[in-house]
Parts: sequence; C-alpha cells; structure tokens
Amino acid sequence: MIETPLLSVTSLHKSFAGRASLVGLLQGKPARRLTALDDVSLTLGRNEVLGIVGESGSGKSTIARCITRLEKPDRGEITFAGQDVWQARGAKLRGIRKDLQMIYQDPYGALNPRMSIGRAIAEPALVHGLIGKDGARALAYELLDRVGLPRSVAELTPRALSGGQRQRVAIARALALKPRVIIADEAVSALDASVQAQILNLFGELMRDLSLSMIFISHQLSVIAHLADRVAVMYLGRIVETGATADVFARPRHPYTAALLKAHPHLEARRSQTPALAGEIPSAYAIPEGCRFNTRCRYAETRCRLSDPPAAAFAHGHEAWCHVLPDLETHTDI
Amino acid sequence: MRPFPPGIEEDAWLRLTKRARLDRRWATISLYAGIAIVAFIAGLSAAAPFLGLKDPTATDLMNALQPPSLAFPFGTDDLGRDIFARVVYAGRVDLVFGIVVTYVSLVIGLSIGAISGYFGGLIDTVIMRIVDLVISFPFIILILTIAAIVGPGLTGAYIGVIAVSWALYARLTRGEMLAIRRREFILNAETLGYSAPRVVFVHALPNLLRANLVFSMSDIVLNILTLAALSYLGLGVAPPTPEWGEMIAQGQKNLFNAWWISTLPGLVIVLAGIGFSLIGDGLADRLDESGR
Repeated sequence: MIETPLLSVTSLHKSFAGRASLVGLLQGKPARRLTALDDVSLTLGRNEVLGIVGESGSGKSTIARCITRLEKPDRGEITFAGQDVWQARGAKLRGIRKDLQMIYQDPYGALNPRMSIGRAIAEPALVHGLIGKDGARALAYELLDRVGLPRSVAELTPRALSGGQRQRVAIARALALKPRVIIADEAVSALDASVQAQILNLFGELMRDLSLSMIFISHQLSVIAHLADRVAVMYLGRIVETGATADVFARPRHPYTAALLKAHPHLEARRSQTPALAGEIPSAYAIPEGCRFNTRCRYAETRCRLSDPPAAAFAHGHEAWCHVLPDLETHTDI
Repeated sequence: MRPFPPGIEEDAWLRLTKRARLDRRWATISLYAGIAIVAFIAGLSAAAPFLGLKDPTATDLMNALQPPSLAFPFGTDDLGRDIFARVVYAGRVDLVFGIVVTYVSLVIGLSIGAISGYFGGLIDTVIMRIVDLVISFPFIILILTIAAIVGPGLTGAYIGVIAVSWALYARLTRGEMLAIRRREFILNAETLGYSAPRVVFVHALPNLLRANLVFSMSDIVLNILTLAALSYLGLGVAPPTPEWGEMIAQGQKNLFNAWWISTLPGLVIVLAGIGFSLIGDGLADRLDESGR
C-alpha cells in the first residue's frame, strides 16, 4: 500500500505483572511478568478490514485494548491519522475517541442494564455534541433501521433482547459517532452460528456503505476469511505471518498458520494422518527461546531454538517469520 | 414444550422456575406489607394534630401511671401524660430523623465510595483508610463526642450520626464499583469518550443503587435506635418533646409497676423496624433485574 495508513502500530510491547507468590516475595524475587505483546507492528489502510487471528492468549485483545487506550503499552507507538494516540490530549483525544470505536465479545456485558436502548444508542452522539437533545430519537431510529432492528426496541432495556440483537445495538451505538475505524474484538464469537452469519453480513454491508475501516479480531478462521482483506496471524504476543487473506489462507508460509488451517473443523471431516497442533500453547510467563513456535513445530531445527527468525517476504506484501519456510500444504476450501 | 437450559432435567427445571415464581410472589407480598406498616405509622404521625389526641406534653398527676384502658390506649406515664399521644407525636421526630439521616448518609457515602472504587490508587487508599478509621471506632462514642461538641439536641444527633454512617455506604459502594469497573459497558463508556463524571454517575451509579437501597432500609431502623440511645444518654431530644428512645428511658424507673411506659413505645420501634425490613426484602428482589 502506497498511501499512508490510517492507523499504524509500531513495535508495541506490553507485559503484565503476574501475581507474586508470598514465598517469592520473602526471597526478594521479582514478580513474574506475562508478555502479552512483544514487538508487534501492523497497519490499517482506509476502507480495509484487517483480521487478527490466533489462539486465546496470543495477545490479540491486548492490541485492541492498547489502541483504544484501555491498556497503556510499555513501549511502541500507535498513530491514528497522523496523531499519536497516547500523546493526544483534550480536543484531539476526543476526536480520536470518536473515530475509533470498539465492539466487544460479550453482548450481555456491553450495554448498561439500566439504560433504554434508544438512549444508549444516542448518548455517544449527544456527549460528543454531534446532535442536540431533540435529535436523539431520530438518530436512534435511523441507526436501528441501519442495523436491522425494529424501532420499537428503542424503549426496551437490554434485558429484553437476545444476544444477536444486543450485538446489533452495540454496533448501532458505535456507528452513532460516525467513526472511521471499528475494532471488533471477538464480536461474533459468543453468538450462534446462524446469528453469527447475520452479524458478519451486517458488518460487510456497513463496510461497503459507510467506508469504514475495521480491525476484526477472532480465533475463528472462517470469520476472518469471510470478512478480512488482510490477515495477521499471532502467536504468543507476536505476529508470525501477515498478508492478503486469500494469499495467506491459500498458501500459508508459516507452519503455525498451516497448523491452524488444518485444525479448522470442516463440514466433511477429512481425517489427516498427523495431528494439526500438538500440545498446549506455552505459558506467556516463559516464552521459548528462539522462534517461539519451536516447541510445537514439526519442522523445528537447531537454529529455531537459538535465534528469532527474520521476516521472509513473498509476493504482494505476504510475510512470514520462519527460519525453515517448509513446503506446506495449500488450502483452497476455507 | 417450553425451552429449558441443557444439562438440567425438565422436571427439575420446572421445579426451579416454580420456586422462583413463589419467591417472587413472597417478595411482592413482603414489599407491600412493609409499605403498609410504614405508611400506617407515618400516616398516624403526620396526621397527629388532627386526630384529637391528648396533648403529648401536658402532665396530669391525677392520672399518673394508669394502665392501658379505653381512655388511655397505651396507658399513662409517671407524670400522667398519655403514652399513645406521645408515641404518635414521637413518630414525627423519629421517622424524619431515621429517613433524613439515612439518605443523606447514603448520598454522601455513595458518591465517595464510587469515586474511590472507580479511580483507585492514592484517592482510594486515602478514602478507604478514613472509612476504616470511622468504622473501627466504637460508633456510639464517636457520635457522643460530635454531639457533645455541637451541643445536645437534635442538631447534634443529626450531624453525629451522619458523620459516622456514610462510611458504611462508602465501603459498600466501593466494593460494588470494583466489581462493575471491569464490566464491558463501563469500559465501553470510556472508549466512547465519555467524561469520568459521566461514567461514574450516569453509567455506574444506577447499577450500584440496589445494594445500597436494600441496606438503607435496615439502616433507618438502626439510626432510629441510635437516636433513642442518644436521647437515653441525654444527648438527643430534650425531655418534654416525645421521642421513642427517650420514652423508653423514662419508663425504666417504673418498669416493674408500670410495664407499659417502656414496653409499648418499644413495640412501636419493633413494628417500624419490621416494616422497613420487609420493604428492604421486597426491594432486594424487585430491583434484581441487572443484565442477565
């Protein structure tokens, strides 16, 4: 991409203090640190959907939380439309907050249980001064239409709605600010498969009609494949492979991506001889030396245990961080 | 067939829902019974001047220490004052005191506790240590000290009790705030760019009210009892004015030959206490519609 990206994240680092044991404390040992993000860089262009995929604990959500200022990164830079998100103050910060909206996984927790749907949807626009008090109802109706909910739900509280309907309300509320970027953190993972498809289609429509950019975080490859233009595959706080979704999913270069694709359940269960991924993801308290995937990689060699792999570049901005770059099975059916 | 969660046998599920419906019905009964009791006492007290009662402060030594009868429903005390009239008039002092003190404390404690729990850090530490200080001190002594500084009388009692009882609300609210602080709708309010006061007071507080309101019902009774104790110690209401605690104290010297002087006002306090507790019970269930 030649134009400057709308949102860029540069060498983001974030670790959390683990709970110190009493014995450790008495011995003067420092509390263990959990590494959530280790040198993560990514960019998001205008009208682009970036998918971030990885197992739980890979640091996907931490990226979202750092971008939306819920979690302060230890190091690294987040720039939105030319402004440092963490340096911004006052009016500039309010502008960034308006333009960057987040949608969460749990549609039951994301809405104030004591506020009517109509008020919840219009409130952000009121607070940011986009509309006056008298415009609230009209805006709520317009957005309910937009996300495909009947206008009558404006009077209800979230309690009366199903999970899918609540997620639509959460989307309507995010749209109220006319944001430029929506960050959806596992936004469909808690929903039934059929409802999931409806919400994904809604996201697709919104992207088309409102020229939004979006970061879509999910552990479900099918969801990412459905929506994302580009994908970043994360493993233990680091991006291991990135590129156009079609390229990455059809011809994965990193063994981890290939294993994820293989582990993806297909309708017609094709049994493969080798297990896709052996063992558990290592603890984020003790990240393996060298390539962090070496403990589970079928292709691991000595150098994989000694040094971090450099980026290997392929066509169309497709990159993978792997020493070996084995010849991997291609996938066409995801 | 009605839908029921997986993993539960259907008849067990039906029993559970039946149980929930019964609980809910009891809560409604309890709420209305409580409101009826409190409204009865409050109504009588409010209408006291229009009920044709005897003068609650007029002494009539000819009729001293009369047991309950048709002429004196609750009997008379050692100065011949009509105890029923005194109990009814005392309700004006006691109920107003209980309600005002409780809700002023609630508002103060709620705000301070919410700020403490939301912002955390140094603010939280300082506020919570002050709360610990207030709570760990024997409260009656603290109230006595404050009442003694302000001077005996109702004003001292008001200030003294409020100065102590806000702390419980602050602690309760802080705990609740810590629990909802990480809920997504609060995080969402932050990412939507809402100001901190808006997040705390518009989004968090309405969800913290339930526990506080339920607790406030029993607190009203406790505060009335505290006023009674203060009056008993000579720091609450000055003697001729009728007040439930003061009446109990006055009747003490005649407890063995005129049981009604202390006992009947005491029973009225118990009745008011039951009324407020029933309201609290009913409210606990009625207000439990958060989320799920």
